[in-house]
Amino acid sequence: MTDKLVTFEVNGQELQAEAGSMLIEATDAAGINIPRFCYHKKLSIAANCRMCLVEVEKVPKPLPACATPVTEGMKVYTRSPKALAAQKGTMEFLLINHPLDCPICDQGGECELQDVAIGYGRDVSRYSEGKRVVADKNIGPLIATDMTRCIHCTRCVRFGEEIAGIREMGATGRGEHMVIGTYIEKSVDSEMSGNIIDLCPVGALTSKPFRFNARAWELTQVEAIAPHDSLGSNLNLHLRGNKVMRVHPKDNESINETWISDRDRFSYEGLYSSDRLTSPMVKKGGEWKEVSWEMALEMAAASLKEIGDGDQIGTLISPTSTLEELYLAQKLMRGLGCNNIDSRLRQGDFRMDATQNSVHWLGSTLSDMDQMQTVFVVGGNIRKEQPILAHRLRKAALNGAKLHYLNPIQIDLNHSGEQDICTPGEMAGRLAAVAKAAGVKASGGAASLLNAAQADESAKQTAANLKAADGALVMLGAMAQAHPDYALLHTIAAALAEATGAQLSILPASANSVGAQLAGAVPHLQAGGSVADHAGLDTLQMLKMPRKGYLLLGVEPGRDFWNGSLSMSALQSADLVVAISAFRSPELEECADILLPMAIFTETSGTYVNAEGRWQQSRGVVRPQGESRPGWKILRVLGNLTDQAGFDYTDSQQIHDEIHQLCESATLDNKQAAPQNLEPQLSADGLLRGGDTPLYACDPLVRRATALQQTQDAGSDTIRLHPEEAARLGLDGSDTALVKQNGNQIDLPLQLDERIPQGCVWISTSLARTSTLGQPFGEVTVEKA
Amino acid sequence: MVNEVCLRTLDLERPWLMEQYQSRGGYEVLKQVLSEKRAPEDIIEEVKKSGLRGRGGAGFPTGLKWSFISRNAPGQKYVVCNSDEGEPGTFKDRDILRYNPHQLIEGMILAGYAIGATRGYNYIRGEFWEPYERFEQALQEAREAGFLGDNLLGSGFDFELHTHLGGGAYICGEETALLESIEGKKGQPRYKPPFPAHFGLYGRPTIINNTESLASIPMILEKGGEWFADIGVKNSGGSKLFSISGNINNPGVFEIPMGTPFSELLEMAGGMKDGRKIKAVIPGGSSAPVIPGEQMMDLNMDYDSIAGAGSMLGSGAVIVLDDTNCMVKTLERMSYFYHEESCGQCTPCREGTGWLYRVVHRIETGQGRQEDLDLLDDVADKISGKTICALGDAAALPVQGMLRHYRDEFQYHIDHKRCMVGAG
Repeated sequence: MTDKLVTFEVNGQELQAEAGSMLIEATDAAGINIPRFCYHKKLSIAANCRMCLVEVEKVPKPLPACATPVTEGMKVYTRSPKALAAQKGTMEFLLINHPLDCPICDQGGECELQDVAIGYGRDVSRYSEGKRVVADKNIGPLIATDMTRCIHCTRCVRFGEEIAGIREMGATGRGEHMVIGTYIEKSVDSEMSGNIIDLCPVGALTSKPFRFNARAWELTQVEAIAPHDSLGSNLNLHLRGNKVMRVHPKDNESINETWISDRDRFSYEGLYSSDRLTSPMVKKGGEWKEVSWEMALEMAAASLKEIGDGDQIGTLISPTSTLEELYLAQKLMRGLGCNNIDSRLRQGDFRMDATQNSVHWLGSTLSDMDQMQTVFVVGGNIRKEQPILAHRLRKAALNGAKLHYLNPIQIDLNHSGEQDICTPGEMAGRLAAVAKAAGVKASGGAASLLNAAQADESAKQTAANLKAADGALVMLGAMAQAHPDYALLHTIAAALAEATGAQLSILPASANSVGAQLAGAVPHLQAGGSVADHAGLDTLQMLKMPRKGYLLLGVEPGRDFWNGSLSMSALQSADLVVAISAFRSPELEECADILLPMAIFTETSGTYVNAEGRWQQSRGVVRPQGESRPGWKILRVLGNLTDQAGFDYTDSQQIHDEIHQLCESATLDNKQAAPQNLEPQLSADGLLRGGDTPLYACDPLVRRATALQQTQDAGSDTIRLHPEEAARLGLDGSDTALVKQNGNQIDLPLQLDERIPQGCVWISTSLARTSTLGQPFGEVTVEKA
Repeated sequence: MVNEVCLRTLDLERPWLMEQYQSRGGYEVLKQVLSEKRAPEDIIEEVKKSGLRGRGGAGFPTGLKWSFISRNAPGQKYVVCNSDEGEPGTFKDRDILRYNPHQLIEGMILAGYAIGATRGYNYIRGEFWEPYERFEQALQEAREAGFLGDNLLGSGFDFELHTHLGGGAYICGEETALLESIEGKKGQPRYKPPFPAHFGLYGRPTIINNTESLASIPMILEKGGEWFADIGVKNSGGSKLFSISGNINNPGVFEIPMGTPFSELLEMAGGMKDGRKIKAVIPGGSSAPVIPGEQMMDLNMDYDSIAGAGSMLGSGAVIVLDDTNCMVKTLERMSYFYHEESCGQCTPCREGTGWLYRVVHRIETGQGRQEDLDLLDDVADKISGKTICALGDAAALPVQGMLRHYRDEFQYHIDHKRCMVGAG
């Protein structure tokens, strides 16, 4: 495309725009309003609604502004009699079959058709025949349909094809009988499907959880940052009184563009779960009693101090906490002599900590992701970990980038890419093969693997694509980080990146995984991201060598941990567990002694540092529920009550500023020395469990978002096996199977699934029942139930 | 000068066979072009000289269309033949497929040679089963004779040709909807530009021509563009297939020189049935505005003559109506067709065609209102020129034509709730 500017006139006003760009882009930029329905800046041009017809001098017919390129000297009239006649004509046509049921339509008050009709419609319809009626179909728990209202703009159809990468909505039928839908009644399963609610200009597609709960004019809009994945997508919260009624995206071109994931859109439902913890509680003689804040805080402070030896305390903090919470929690605990602080609850191997001296991050800005030419994802199903990041990768793939995946399960891609699938035990070896193909010399901790590796064609191709690319990433995803040999995967991936000129990308798992490192909420780094003077125990050590006492912040025993059963046994055996939490759960109540109710997300102010190291602040916009209080205030008081200096904050901004100052010289860098002697922890032979954390099982808030929990991506308590593996285990024909791992056993429904490699049993983690088992990757036995 | 070009084998026994076609000199031009390695520019020049205009209805000069393709652009290019003959009243391409399929094949190969395309598709209307079988059989014969495949007759030029049978949608006769349909998508027109010459089938440069246009090519190259042009009149070169139907004695397809008086065509078709009076003629397929019979008797069958009377030659589908026809009922039937066949993609046509039909229907059934005729004019005007493809115009034109010439009949229906024509 040329970047030559052309000059033209719209309604007598002189404008300039890039030659070849569409007229509507230029008028939008200049603030000249042209009505439209099908046009959307992020979607391809359909030119089907005909609402944006304008008059162009010397052209006999009116032209659609969305599909008319600007040319030098062109004279455009957007409100001439001819243009207005065309626009009003379209408006009249759109309304003849539209039900005009605005009073009972959820879109009423924020409907593009309604708005435009005010300017271009008639008072009374000239059309008096019967109107079209379309039977509705249930397309899942997130999106309500009223297809009689559809004006066939096809934005939702184009979104599926072009953005989500799966064609779920389509047009069937001709003429007036054209219907937008899924053709057969099926749920729309894209992890970013909710965006079609925003795209739909009318009330055909609306939010099912929000439906009939509020009117647009009752809502106030405030900004927020999404607290689930590492992007920090920008949100607009819509509030009525003191309640979050729904969540919309806020445009931020360098993060989430115009989109948000369904997780970010619908997780707000979890805020109003019946298991919100709303008052401080202490366990007395096995019974939970509500107590005053004073009493609870004093008891918590006294009990923590009572343990005496700080090293006998473990501090486990959710990586979705705000930066202020992460920082204050570690400051409090380090002040009590406790260096056992971690927020990497789902990591499977901490051997890299010894040589890490900088903050790990994405290795690229988010906007540079689209420009990558090769991305090699190791142990990651990005679509189902961080959907909007996956959208960036998809854009790269559409631009011609080569995407390679090495995974212990075949994943559903929405773009072209190569998948290398092996058992969890073979992953390090397969990665070593790629490294070998790239010319990595065998040395250091991974020497024996590299020596043994055989570079096959696929490994050579991956290495060659990494080398050839101008802009390449080797990305370690959630499944790599949960791997018991993460240190080996990390070391080999780093060497591979080094040898090919690619960047190493360590995909931050949660909203504040980068922030936790900056805040010192990891055992080996202190606030500011530098190496800790006294390294403490990591999550796994804290659980394997149970401490006398624990402080939990935003963490649910069992479900938030890499090894659910281990977390339960360690916490149960402790003398004291103080939990600062927004929710109650049976597991938490079983382990804890003192519960301090915490405000979360929208209820508290705080900072999130996203995957690319961008600091974003969110305000507390609704009152905390019940007696719950913002985490930073709880921690501040605990600091005061444990007689520590430097806990006199009156506002979270002061905490932010303090951390910010500490982080002035912090660097985001994935480079580090490779540790020596990395013995593989996971054998390549025998039956192994594989497990992912399902998209909607990742944190306590999402797990309580009821609509999300009804979707496919909520995951299921099942055991998935390749049919041949099932036959080998004598399980063909069985409905359930008995799984044993680390001395725990449960029976689970059996699903045959050819996407699981043979030699592997797939059991997702973090679900109600599977969280009673052990780690996602490890030895397991399966037998007939 | 009857049946000189596309139907030149019609007088033979089983004229669709390869041997019959070759007995009339078929494939000789192709052999000559390939052996002499005739310059493609030369071929395009000859087609331009012939004055051949697109026979599908729009009448765009064929040679000019071909010259839009940049022949030396790298990558695949396509020749697509539009045999989705769906315009009500049109049945001429069917006879080419049935009786002279080889001439179409030869024309498509020559077109491919001219623009540097090595693949062709013939999109045949879904209802045309016999023509489809004939064409497939002809393809088989042509392949066996070495006229299709790799390295045609040792020339180094490759050309393969496939049939694509449509699913029965009128809209797939619109060239870009046809391309979408070949690609396996819902048949909906694309917004133009870009035109198929730049972004056609599978996004590649493509020429798409009507069956009759492509079948005319071998004769144009054999006898020269001037020969062809001289058959017809100024601005309307060559001969043309007219499919004439309606209240006449001998409906059928006639290949006659452009510019032949309508009265002669009517005579060839056996004149008016039962000696009735001619009332009106729809001269170019159902979307061409109606012309009163008396006026039509003075017109010639060429582009300019028909356009001068406010209608269009279109695809050459001549529908003759005698004085027993009610124009309201006639329009109702046509409006129903466009309502049924609108693809639904763009608003004015999707919504407007149904509206037009419903208003005409209520006039026909005695429910008409005084304001309805102005409403029809207005709705037709709001569709006309506002849509992605020409279907919107095609739906509006017959309404506008009928109201121009037969407004009194419509008014009578509204006023008296019955028809002024006895048979209505």
